[in-house]
Amino acid sequence: MNRSLRPLAATAVIFILAYAAAAFQFPTLVSTRVLGNFLTDNAFLGITAVGMTFVILSGGIDLSVGAVIGFTGVFVAVMISWGGYHPAVAFAIALAVSAAFGAAMGAAIHWLKVPSFIVTLAGMFLARGAASVISADSIPINHEIYDWISQAYWKMPGGGRLSMIGGVMVLVFVLGALLAHRTRFGANVYALGGNAHSAELMGVPIGRTTILIYTLSSTLAGLSGIVFSLYTQAGYSLSAVGVELDAIGAVVIGGTLLTGGYGFVAGTFIGVMLMGLVQTYIIFDGTLSSWWTKIVIGVLLFMFILLQRLVFRAQAARA
Amino acid sequence: MGGISMEPMLQGRGLGKVFGAHQALAGVDIDLFPGEVHALLGENGAGKSTLIKILTGAYQPDSGAVVLEGAEVAFRDPLQAQAAGIGTVYQEVNLVPNLSVAENLYLGHQPMRWGMLNKRAMHDGAREILAGYGLEIDVRAELGSFSVAVQQIVAIARAVKLSGKVLVLDEPTASLDRAEVESLFEVIAKLKARGLAVVFITHFLDQVFAIADRVTVLRNGKLVSTQAISGLSRTDVVRMMLGKDVVFAHSPVTEIGASGPALAEFKGLGRKGSVAPFDLTLHQGEVVGVAGLLGSGRTEMARLMFGVDLADTGSISLGGPLTLRSPRQAVAAGMGFCPEDRKVDGIFGELSVRENIVIALQAKLGWFKALSRDEQDDIAGRFAEALDIRAADHNMPVKLLSGGNQQKVILARWMAIDPKLLILDEPTRGIDVGAHAEIVRTINRLREDGLALLVISSELDEVVAYSSRVVVMRDRAMVAELKGADIAPQVIVQAIAAQEAP
Repeated sequence: MNRSLRPLAATAVIFILAYAAAAFQFPTLVSTRVLGNFLTDNAFLGITAVGMTFVILSGGIDLSVGAVIGFTGVFVAVMISWGGYHPAVAFAIALAVSAAFGAAMGAAIHWLKVPSFIVTLAGMFLARGAASVISADSIPINHEIYDWISQAYWKMPGGGRLSMIGGVMVLVFVLGALLAHRTRFGANVYALGGNAHSAELMGVPIGRTTILIYTLSSTLAGLSGIVFSLYTQAGYSLSAVGVELDAIGAVVIGGTLLTGGYGFVAGTFIGVMLMGLVQTYIIFDGTLSSWWTKIVIGVLLFMFILLQRLVFRAQAARA
Repeated sequence: MGGISMEPMLQGRGLGKVFGAHQALAGVDIDLFPGEVHALLGENGAGKSTLIKILTGAYQPDSGAVVLEGAEVAFRDPLQAQAAGIGTVYQEVNLVPNLSVAENLYLGHQPMRWGMLNKRAMHDGAREILAGYGLEIDVRAELGSFSVAVQQIVAIARAVKLSGKVLVLDEPTASLDRAEVESLFEVIAKLKARGLAVVFITHFLDQVFAIADRVTVLRNGKLVSTQAISGLSRTDVVRMMLGKDVVFAHSPVTEIGASGPALAEFKGLGRKGSVAPFDLTLHQGEVVGVAGLLGSGRTEMARLMFGVDLADTGSISLGGPLTLRSPRQAVAAGMGFCPEDRKVDGIFGELSVRENIVIALQAKLGWFKALSRDEQDDIAGRFAEALDIRAADHNMPVKLLSGGNQQKVILARWMAIDPKLLILDEPTRGIDVGAHAEIVRTINRLREDGLALLVISSELDEVVAYSSRVVVMRDRAMVAELKGADIAPQVIVQAIAAQEAP
């Protein structure tokens, strides 16, 4: 088997086993109702994780996404609740702002030759700070469009509800997968993560690709912020703290190599679902503290990093 | 050589390039004809890579012009040169290992359909292209899962597909085994038949004679000669590379002889794939010169003797039996090593002259016996004076010094630990010609002080000037040990060039 497929296969197998075990204990877990909630509850994380997948595939990291989610939520809430703008206008401007923010970070990473870790760390403080300056308090959003969108759903067979925001996440994953595996941009991202120097010699436009990668990641974080504001019906500057780490976790559990070059968008989907499953299980159990989620995810992450090491070392030894 | 009557495909006319104060290339002319394999030869620092980088657009020449098919061209970068028809394949394969073979062939030029990559067309195309090179592999598999030889052919296929006029192969055979070299040569022969101009850079003379039609030899940034291979012998080529005319006065150093008692004995020392087992005895107060072309195993030999690489056979005795596991043990036993590329392996450019000199002594003393600042100043001052290191101040960063003075700082570093045996790898490389004599004088002075020295050098007249014995390396083995009257450039050249034993 192609070695980059192995971590993906491992994730899939673990997900199926975990789901089967959980379903054995709580048979009600096997229903489109739970699946629908899964997708809705994890929509903002999933959308962010798609952008993070591109960043990590290229060998970088984006720590600013959680703060961008928080900023976008506040920005949208202020525009709608205080400014009286139509949500569509607010969404468009919010997405444009987050895209520009990402492009600026990508440009700094490429032109200043600063590690993405540092640049996006600065971006994280900037975005979070800006959100708090706009408003430190939670701003509720009351708009008929918001009510309509958050209640819109498609009834799945079995009675489950695929909400609009769950659907948006699925759509982002599908488009993300196409972008990664079926376009020149996607091939360039993989090449960058494999060997940036060779990629440059082979004619990959390193600067443009880097800027686009971080633009994509920030734009998706902005979209995720919009989704989060739809989910909570409010904008709060301290929301989504640490989501960047959850997203990185989902990407790595999904089989993408942290050093770049190997991985799949579909893997990230399973990673997000696996994290959601852990959360759901703990809610179903009822006796466990919700912090157990973190512990289980920590263990899973560690397992995957170990697994990737083993897979790639075995390969290196054979070559 | 059917096409020699044609117009040259690519020409360099009077190419020159200056880096700082260093003239890396001066007035070099080269013609590449369609359907020829043109070998480019020269020792390190001869200007080969500078010339190649100018022809392939990585550097812009300071003087002269590049002419492609009769029209003068000025490439901004290698991509432009590639688009114009000049492709390059480097020694370390410059492809992306995590992408599939097909993706590597097509990266940036993928066939598209409805705005998406057309993977089927890409795979079919890749299979067809590689079949032309006699390669039938799964083009969807990761490139990194194949051998270097296969990757090299994929890299050539990509370069030819994108360029198709001139193909530059920069030491393509360095990491290939014999069978792989054979199949690479078949590929080159096919490309030659298709009318490409192939530039081939290598250190292996056998390969030059096996594949090349013409050779161009560079030395010290200047063109020595371009000649058809059919009229040349190996000795001619070696002589051109090392710049030796056979008429050469013999120097008077042979008197020294093996004066002192035996100091160090290396018996059957060897390492698989690096150097064949060799015997060497060094005496106090003698200089043993090591001659050989680049890639002959001369540097590898020094690395084994100093414990940088671990030997798998043989024994060392230096004041008692010695098993080397690391250079630290070698230092403890009284050895010092000045490596070939001092910028990479020897000098700490940001540190001061003083710090560079005391660092080996400090390391030998261990961390708990720190040298005081006064002691450091004293040691640095003493050796700087003894070796005539010209620095305005011992606290200035070493990188600001000239090459010759940097080399003397490294020598001083080892002198400070009071070594018995000093190994110098190309001590005069990259140093102004004027400073060569000073380094040679320093070597002689150290010998008079009773040290044993092993000096590796491509400068034959220097080797002859200070050596009481000369060992000759060829094809990763010691092939000759010359003494007395045999220490003469023409004898050394003969020994280096001699045909490989069947």
